[in-house]
Amino acid sequence: MAEPKTKYDRQLRIWGEQGQAALEKASICLLNCGPTGSETLKNLVLGGIGSITVVDGSKVEHGDLGNNFMVSESSLGQPKAKCVCAFLQELNDAVKAKFIEEHPVTLIETNPSFFSQFTLVVATQLVEDSMVKLDRICRDANVMLIFARSYGLTGFVRISVKEHAVIESKPDHFLDDLRLNNPWPELKKFTENVDLDTSDPVVHKHIPYILILVKTAEEWAKSHGGRLPSTREEKKEFKEVIKAKMVATDEDNFKEAIEASFKVFASQGISSDLKRILDDTCAEVDSGASDFWVMVAALKEFIANEGGGEAPLEGSIPDMTSSTELYVNLQKLYQAKAEADFLVVEQRVRNILKKIGRDPYSISKTVIKSFCKNARKLTVCRYKLIEEEFNSPVLPELQKYLTDEEYSVAVGFYILLRAVDRFSANYNTFPGQFDGGMDEDISRLKTTAVSLLSDLGCNGSTLTEDLINEMCRYGAAELHAVAAYIGGVASQEVIKLITRQFVPMSGTFIFNGIDHKSQLLSL
Amino acid sequence: MVESRISSSSRSRDLDKLLLRPGNLVGPTFEPGTQLRDDLQEYARILVVGAGGLGCELLKDLALSGFRNLEVIDMDRIEVSNLNRQFLFRLEDVGQPKAEVAAKRVMERVSGVNIVPHFCRIEEKELEFYSEFSIIVLGLDSVEARSYINAVACGFLEYDSNDEPVEETVKPMVDGGTEGFKGHARVILPGMTPCFECTIWLFPPQVKFPLCTLAETPRTAAHCIEYAHLIKWDEVHSGKSFDPDNPEHMQWVYLEAAKRAQLFGIPGVTYSLTQGVVKNIIPAIASTNAIISAACALETLKIASGCSKTLSNYLTYNGVEGLHTKVTEFVKDKDCLVCGPGIFIELETSVTLKMFIDQLEDHPKLLMSGASVRVGGKNLYMAAPPLLEEMTRSNLGLPLFELMDKSPTGVVHVTGTAGKGDKRQSCLRKLRVAFKAVGIADTDMAGGA
Repeated sequence: MAEPKTKYDRQLRIWGEQGQAALEKASICLLNCGPTGSETLKNLVLGGIGSITVVDGSKVEHGDLGNNFMVSESSLGQPKAKCVCAFLQELNDAVKAKFIEEHPVTLIETNPSFFSQFTLVVATQLVEDSMVKLDRICRDANVMLIFARSYGLTGFVRISVKEHAVIESKPDHFLDDLRLNNPWPELKKFTENVDLDTSDPVVHKHIPYILILVKTAEEWAKSHGGRLPSTREEKKEFKEVIKAKMVATDEDNFKEAIEASFKVFASQGISSDLKRILDDTCAEVDSGASDFWVMVAALKEFIANEGGGEAPLEGSIPDMTSSTELYVNLQKLYQAKAEADFLVVEQRVRNILKKIGRDPYSISKTVIKSFCKNARKLTVCRYKLIEEEFNSPVLPELQKYLTDEEYSVAVGFYILLRAVDRFSANYNTFPGQFDGGMDEDISRLKTTAVSLLSDLGCNGSTLTEDLINEMCRYGAAELHAVAAYIGGVASQEVIKLITRQFVPMSGTFIFNGIDHKSQLLSL
Repeated sequence: MVESRISSSSRSRDLDKLLLRPGNLVGPTFEPGTQLRDDLQEYARILVVGAGGLGCELLKDLALSGFRNLEVIDMDRIEVSNLNRQFLFRLEDVGQPKAEVAAKRVMERVSGVNIVPHFCRIEEKELEFYSEFSIIVLGLDSVEARSYINAVACGFLEYDSNDEPVEETVKPMVDGGTEGFKGHARVILPGMTPCFECTIWLFPPQVKFPLCTLAETPRTAAHCIEYAHLIKWDEVHSGKSFDPDNPEHMQWVYLEAAKRAQLFGIPGVTYSLTQGVVKNIIPAIASTNAIISAACALETLKIASGCSKTLSNYLTYNGVEGLHTKVTEFVKDKDCLVCGPGIFIELETSVTLKMFIDQLEDHPKLLMSGASVRVGGKNLYMAAPPLLEEMTRSNLGLPLFELMDKSPTGVVHVTGTAGKGDKRQSCLRKLRVAFKAVGIADTDMAGGA
């Protein structure tokens, strides 16, 4: 076996060893192993997911050879689950792969407890009725669930998890935590010891912008009754003040200070997103609270007390022009403050745990530390039961989508993807699944879609003839390229859910394979 | 069931629905029917450039999207760190050429598909090689390679007398790229939609640390690593060049970087980071490659068959915070040196090929040295390899006018090294040459027409 560190190098750089460990512990169940499901699992098996169980009751037919890479000529007539499982195992011997030759619908109907053994279920190509039932089963068993479906040039992906809390959300762009307009005493003192008017040009051009900005902000506040620049004019003037401090044109540190001056103008205190989490009823913890919410409760106390309205300091600074000494010392200063904040939060976490009757040390130092470091970026995702969305979607949103040109194709596909299931429940076949009777199918699908819209409270709304025709043309085809796309999306979301890193998608993702104007619908 | 053209027992059961049935949301050239399906199988020839993370997926996706004539070109051999996403490769394939193994694996599983592998650099192929494909699909991770293929494909483009692109000479490209949870897919129809060079700003240049920072004021682990890699290595190993694929070299750089970091009190130097910085490793995962390749394969199918509209013209996918996809319609740079009508050069009929090549070096828009020159399908001069250089050397003294059969105007392709300073790279440029005296008459006529 290859050294896993080398084999997984390119992904360890994204989710680290902790993320990898979470993947390797996870067990995934796949329902239906057509190309959509097979491709989803392929991407997970390559990345070293712990175990997979492939559930499918069908046998390999000629048609499968044209859209599924995991079956080949020699598989004809054999159980599809077996063939797909064998190919997946070939991709990575570290993964435990097994299959069950059974129709998913049968399992859902007769053996609901089967699903509770898994970390996550990937349910592909299910019709509405089965989705609703499976969703209820997984929600009750606290098993994460992702639906994925490919249908002609469209398809969808939908996550269903009661609550998913993310500590390491790792956003691409996030304002760094420098406290330039609200320096703590040690940073203030450090700044005082630096002379912006030094006569040594080499020293002058190596003063890091953090210090330039803290100093300039302080001076500004002194001469403006304690206020910082807020109007556009004032902000411009602030930049001029910095510019005036330059003694040579090649001083990159001052140029950086001017560019970073918006960090001085940023508001103090916590963001509205974080406030919403602190105000969540889950933050009032009892013995049943999860570790995440216990830490949120501690965070809330910290912000109200020691933090003085701020979250614990993140403790890292971006690279900037500086002498090595000043930079390294600044870095240490930020780290020391972050460590001090962490220790206070840790104590509060221990106290809360004790109060709710849990072992005060049941949450590790490492976890609390990571929580503090990411406190400003915490994210909580919640997903409706799919039945709720199906029966009573958020009407204003739905109406908005139906009239918004950007969304019209995507929401049209959303309605039609549901309409084809009603169609198939009535006529035992999908519209256009077989040649002949196309005109009749088109008019039947139209009627079905209109009545669905009316059931959802959108009387009078219609879909374009072109899109209805298009849906009939697809005839429930599972095209490989579309399945690979949908499967790719589903596997990316699985990874985010299992590693508990990055932020999973919200709402229902509708793939638009016509012009790629896909959309997320929040219904 | 009634008489059916779509047989449920056929391998193309699903694809047939798209290719055999009429629709209203389709491309302007769409002519559904079995003929279309057969033509795709028989006549469409697709080149996949790169057999890595995207290339493996692309070959599979295209083989299962109705194409039977595929070729793939890649100069790399399989490494262990490819195995987390390049699903056509196994541990026992490590060290083998990617193109060959990828082609073999897909042919083993999808019967009827023929894939010709090319284990070589993209620059090694003649232009004719590229001209024979219906569509070129790019699964690359370097800006330079994209630029090169883009110039090749745009080089086939011809303009008519009204400076409108001649449709038959448009060589479509589909390009994909990924980084972590993000990626892009785009369709390039040279002359009609922006080419890679028109929107080169989408790929900002890689950040390089100033040498004085590395030497005098290092602050981060990366600075220490680059010091060991770019400065210290040469100081200690006089003449021996650094090989990023040699683990001993990498280990040496790591230890030197760690020493320097300790000296300055800088945290964070690890072996993994050393590799990342020195080799400029871009993180890559299977799922993102799957998404982007699938989008590219779907667009390839749509361009070839017209079975749906085509992406217009740039799709981005970002799964870092939730899921965001966006389609942007970029516009062509009408003065683009690559996909535009070409750089216009006026010459005396007496100018020899040698003088012409020398002029390219000083031309402000070209700055090209060591140029090879082609006209139509003919090599007038080849700077390399030595054998061909010798064979074409005798042309250098002849007037270009005569070499171009005394045609008053013509399109000339030149390949060479161009650019300034350390940004020099091999490139291909299209020139529109007009000869004075003969050319003037031509211009007058155009003006009078």
